Amino acid sequence: MKKSPMHRLILTVALLAAVWTESALGHALQGEADGFLKGLLHPLFGADHVLAMVAVGLWGAQLGAPAILVLPVAFPLVMAMGGIFGLLGVPIPGVEYGIAASAIVLGAAVAFEVRPALVIAALVVGCFAIFHGHAHGTELPPGQSALLYSMGFVIATGCLHAVGIGIGTVHRRSWGRRLLRGAGTVVAAGGVFFLWKAIA
Amino acid sequence: MKRAGPLQMRAFTVTLLAVALGCGPAEAHLDATGMGPVYDGLMHFLTSPEDLVPALALALLAGLRGAPYGRRAMFTLPAAWLLGSLFGFSAATASGGALGASFWFLLLGGLVVADAKLSLRSMTALGALLGLAHGYLNGTGMGLSVASVAAALGLAAAVFVLVVLVAALVVRLRAQWARIAVRVGGSWIAASGLLMLGWSIRGV
Repeated sequence: MKKSPMHRLILTVALLAAVWTESALGHALQGEADGFLKGLLHPLFGADHVLAMVAVGLWGAQLGAPAILVLPVAFPLVMAMGGIFGLLGVPIPGVEYGIAASAIVLGAAVAFEVRPALVIAALVVGCFAIFHGHAHGTELPPGQSALLYSMGFVIATGCLHAVGIGIGTVHRRSWGRRLLRGAGTVVAAGGVFFLWKAIA
Repeated sequence: MKRAGPLQMRAFTVTLLAVALGCGPAEAHLDATGMGPVYDGLMHFLTSPEDLVPALALALLAGLRGAPYGRRAMFTLPAAWLLGSLFGFSAATASGGALGASFWFLLLGGLVVADAKLSLRSMTALGALLGLAHGYLNGTGMGLSVASVAAALGLAAAVFVLVVLVAALVVRLRAQWARIAVRVGGSWIAASGLLMLGWSIRGV
């Protein structure tokens, strides 16, 4: 069958539409594992972060169910909101003070066995999580995978909560309660040190 | 209508071909493992958190709901993934992949945290939509060939294995603390999704 020029034109355009490709710049693996490790280590190399996040776990364990679920869930979610502010360049004043204050308040809550309503406890933890997230969000090293960096620091945060919860299980014993209150005092004292460092 | 003459047609065709040949390289998805396209597809899934984590979240959700949900997810998700990949072969480019992935992170992570009491039908729909969306993105730019189909099969096989293992593990969890740990894991997924959304807005 002889094809008309219009037929040929349509065929040519259809063929070109099929082969027309732009660059699919996907999935380059360079720097991805490094980005994950950087994110994972970021909270671990800041003693102020470590103290506050372990204190969240300690407090959750001390308060028992449902706080033991709600606090470790609230913290990373609100921290991610803070992270978004950080990476978008939205300024939050006094981030370092906020991080130090989080260790003081959460440590004191554990030391004095403060038992507020669940909503209040979640709000306290959430407010401080904003500062921690902002600090992480502003510090993505150049050339790293943003997603893996984010996943790294979210996982590290969660693991620190788990450490706190693990330590907090001693709360069931009478000596454990005293030990836990002592741990809260140490966290609060650490927070005072970091606040002093931030001010000085 | 006046027909185009043979000379005009040739000129038009040559011009279009020249433009088409000038297109940028399709820096395709798959990292070569050296073991063939099936393993390339399998490794692609295992090394792409944008794909792996939503599938993991669906498996966690199915596991929390029980064995019938796990069984449904383990067939629906890989089948839809494969179908989505086949649809994606004909597409040259896709946009909004990061935004779409952050949506799935947030939705599925949120459902795991809430231990949402979904119906079996909703779980099926969720698995099918997730599989179609991510499969389509995976298939995009690969082009229709035997190797692409083999890679899509490898991808679907990896999805199947992940869902089977994770859902079976979670179904067996009876201790309260273990179920809480799974739900906390959901919050990590949702938090990562939030951050991914932020990165997409920033354009990283």
